Formats: sequence, structure tokens, C-alpha cells
Amino acid sequence: MTATAAPPERHPAASGGDETSPRKPKRRKGRFRRDLVLVALMVPGVAYFLVFHYGALFGNAIAFQDYVPFIGVWHSPWAGFANFVTLFGDADFWHATWNTVSISVLQLVFYFPAPLALALLLHSLVGDKVRKFVQSVVYLPHFISWVIVVALFQQVLGDVGVLNGVLGDAGLHTVDIIGNPDAYKPLVIAQVVWKETGWGTIIFLAALANVDEQLYEAASIDGAGWWRRLWHVTLPAIRPVIVLLLILRLGDILTLGFEQFFLQRDTVGPDAGEVLDTFIYITGIKDGHFSIATAAGLFKGLVGLVMIFTANKIAHRLGEQGVYK
Amino acid sequence: MGRPKPITRAAKALALSLIVLLVLFPFWTILATSITAPEEVVANGGWVVWPQSFSFRAYTDIFEGGVITHALTVSLGITILGTATSLFATITLAYALARPGVFGGKPVLIMVLFTFLFPPAMIPSYLVVKELGLLDSYPALVLPVLVNVFNLVIMRGFFQAVPTELIEAAKLDGAGELRILTRIVLPLSKSIVAVVGLFYAVSYWNAFFNAMIYTRQDMWPVQTLMRLYVTQGASLTENAASETGVANSPQAVKMAVVIMATLPIVIVYPFIQRFFAKGVLSGAIKS
Repeated sequence: MTATAAPPERHPAASGGDETSPRKPKRRKGRFRRDLVLVALMVPGVAYFLVFHYGALFGNAIAFQDYVPFIGVWHSPWAGFANFVTLFGDADFWHATWNTVSISVLQLVFYFPAPLALALLLHSLVGDKVRKFVQSVVYLPHFISWVIVVALFQQVLGDVGVLNGVLGDAGLHTVDIIGNPDAYKPLVIAQVVWKETGWGTIIFLAALANVDEQLYEAASIDGAGWWRRLWHVTLPAIRPVIVLLLILRLGDILTLGFEQFFLQRDTVGPDAGEVLDTFIYITGIKDGHFSIATAAGLFKGLVGLVMIFTANKIAHRLGEQGVYK
Repeated sequence: MGRPKPITRAAKALALSLIVLLVLFPFWTILATSITAPEEVVANGGWVVWPQSFSFRAYTDIFEGGVITHALTVSLGITILGTATSLFATITLAYALARPGVFGGKPVLIMVLFTFLFPPAMIPSYLVVKELGLLDSYPALVLPVLVNVFNLVIMRGFFQAVPTELIEAAKLDGAGELRILTRIVLPLSKSIVAVVGLFYAVSYWNAFFNAMIYTRQDMWPVQTLMRLYVTQGASLTENAASETGVANSPQAVKMAVVIMATLPIVIVYPFIQRFFAKGVLSGAIKS
């Protein structure tokens, strides 16, 4: 299965037996007629991307308008960069950006290495059965919705939850975790570690499976211990995967995932709980300042693009493959 | 690599047991709380780890009609119809894009992949749904998320791996594209269709945000409704009590709802798990 699942990129020559070769541009019309059924098959999917992705991309135009829902996108007056000026002068916006970036950095430090560590642990197991069992357990939280994850955490860590119940029964001090602004950042990091660490191991385990066993044996014969083998054999072998994930993560530095933060924002208040995505939601959909919220969304998207390009460029400089060439 | 030392093995066993426990414990206490007699839940302060007395009152309460039953039905309907529609659109587009040199294949592929870099933002997506007149309609919960780029790419990769000779041979026998797709390519791709289908099903079942902004409260699926009760206090018990006319332990009812919203995932999970074991995804991710 694995072998068939990794498809080789096809050369144009692969369809060489075909008399209407795709390399001859003057046969365009012929190709269209030949591929009529295939083109028809594309229609639903292409229509979806055009309407809901490119339509939305076009909708970003209202960031430069004084958009009035009643008049619509087509007739609202243009406003130049006025919305961006308002946005960048808004302390709440910068506060939300600061919260987002600091949680992002904390995620990078505490969450990003977690799947790699777990993957190394799983990979080092000798018994296949134990590994399969642990894998099937740790993948599970990935498929649980954020609403439920938040409920689970409240039930275990909340002020009437299991942890505080046990502490109280033992006559100890109870701890204030859920709804405590000071504990919010560690809490959201713990949640994402709980939910996604297991799933995150998949890509590392796939990379680890490709490391040449002979390299380990050679290193062992040379007297390399576990740490040295990890540092000199394992990590260099899976470095491209780590770099790839790191670049993608940097591209998402302003995107933490809306649901988790939306669900818990109100338990700690906007001061600790407001991130960019919730700011955009509140400003746009709740308060009806569509243009300003869209400007914030556009800012977020552009920063993401710039981050990906920059990170990718740095990776190239360092001799890595990166996300694209 | 040689057999690890006993102390290393013990440390690993301990670490793994702890991880498994940390993952499973929250589910366990939720389940335990939901099946404990209401008096015991209340006496214990709203949580139970080891039930002494059993009761399914919480479940009979939420299934005696009312908001939760309705929300579960909505969730089920959206999941089934949404998954079918998404699979259709994904398979057709992935198949066309998997054929070498297809008319328009390259620009369409670039157009699709670009959305990876610049995903649609919240407010413009909302405006598109609004302009199309889809607000307060169930298609608003399916159409905006019809095709997932990641699912499309792994499906296309799988289709490309179908040997060209098979397709050419079928063509020589006079088979049309639709016949090739349904008789040759799809039967060879059962596992990837299953995995992608399950991905779609899980994401439809778990979605709550689109329903919240695109539809009225009386149309909400269970995840959206749960948000009210789970993160916004005890309104569920008032609601459930007024719906059913009986008082129950608020926490037990809440946990029963959480279990009902989790159950379908736990039921389909072994099937997803089976395909991971086959390495379907690890192969696809590499590409």
C-alpha cells in the first residue's frame, strides 16, 4: 500500500502513446474536445474554489471600502487605506496581536517539539503491539471537537472539577485554572498538546521509518550512545521534515485556530483571551464593522504569506529544501 | 540496536502508561459522571471517577425529545449529506487533475494549490455566503467547506498511482472516462476514499462555528448547541428541565450530552485507525 500511495510525478512522456500529445499547443481545441468528460468532472470542484475561495479573496476589497451591508460590495463607497489607519490606531488590535504572537511563540517552544519527542519514544519501542496500542490511543484526541475538548478540560481542571475535588477532599489548597487569566496561556498550550501531539507524530514516524538502519548499526559499532545516535543520525535524517513543519508553523504565527480561543475567550475576558481571530469575529460579525475586521484579516493573511516566503528563503540559504523551490 | 537496559525499558513503560492515562482519563470521568445516579453526582460535587450507583436518567432525559435530540438529528443529517457531496466533488476533481495533460489541468491545479497559501478569511467568507442568500439554510453548513485542499491532494496522488497501462487498455476496449473512473480507478482506491470520507465526516460532525454565524439557533447542530451549555454556564439544565419537566443532576446531563457528541467519533475511529495501520496516509503525506 505504501508503495502505491507515493506517486511518482508523471513525465509528459508518460502519455507518449497518445496521438494528441499535450505538448502541441495548436491542438488545444482537439484536447478540449477529447477531454470534454474530464472537464465536466472538474466543474463542481472548480466552481467551489472560484466561488468560496476566490469570491472571498475578492471580498477582501471591502477592506478598502466603507462597507455598508445594506448597499453591498458593489456600491459601497471606497475609503482607501482609512480602515487600516483606524485599525493600526486601535489599542485593542495591538493587544490581540500581542496575545496571538506570545501564544504562538509559547506553542513553538512547548508544543512544536512534543510530537517529535513522542515519535522518537514510539519509534524506539521494540514491541509492535505496544506501539500500535499507544498510537491508537494518542491519535484519538485529534478527532474530538474543540467544544468537547474544552468541556473535558473544564470537567477535570475546573473549580468544581476532578482535580480540585480530589485536592479539596485531601484537605489541600484548590487551584484556580479555568477562568483564571494568569493561567490562560499555559492552559491553551496544554490543550493543544493534549489534542494534537499524538496526531503530530504521524509525519515524524513516517520520516523515522525511512532512516537507514545501517547508519545506526555503524554508529553503535563506533561506540555512539543513544544521545549521540539521536544527534548525529536521527535528527539529521529527519531535518527536512522538521524544517518543513517549522516553516508552515511560522506562516501561521498569527493564526492559532479560531475555535479553541473563541470558546474560552469569555471565561477570562478580552484582556487575556483576545487573539486576532476572535478580535476579527467580534469587530466584524458581532459589532458590524465589516471593513475594519476585513482589514485585520487581510493584514493577518499578508503577514502569514510574508512569514512563509521569508522562512522558506532562509531555509534555502541554509541548504534546506523548504516548502517549495 | 540491541536490547535496551531494564531501567530504560521501565522508564519508557512508565512514560507511555502516563501518556495513555492522561489521554483517556478525561473521557473516563465524563462517561462515569454521565452514568451515575443523580444524587451521587450532586453529593460528590459534580464529578465522579468511580460510580457507586448507576442510572441512565441523564440519557433518557436528553432523548425525551427537545433541543438535544433535534440537534443530534441535524448533526447526523449534515454529516451524511455533507460527506456524500464532498466526496463527489473531491473525487471528480481529483480524478480529472490526476490524468496527465488534461485540458486546463495545470491552471486549475495552480488555482487550487494557491488557496493553501491564502485561505479565505472569516469576514469575506461570511459575505459570500450572505450574497448567495445562503444564510439560515443548511447548505451554508456544507457548501463553504465542500472541498478540502489537503484531501484533494492526497486523493489525486492516489489516483495518479493507478497504472497508466490499465487505463490505456480500458480505453482501447472503448471505455469512456466515467467508466474508467467507476470501474477501474475507484475500486483500486477504496482505502483512500474511505479515509477521505471519514475525514470529511469527522469535520462535518465536529464543526460548530459556521452553524453559529450562518444559521439561527433553532437550526443548530449539537456541537454548536453544546457551546452554550458547556462554556456558558448551566443553561442546559434549565432548558432540559423545562423541556422534560424533571430535575436531574446538571452535571450528569451535561456529560451525557458530551458523550453523545463524542460517541459517533469513537465508533468510526477504529475504522480510520485500520487504514492508518496500512500506511495509507504516511505514504500520501510524503508526497
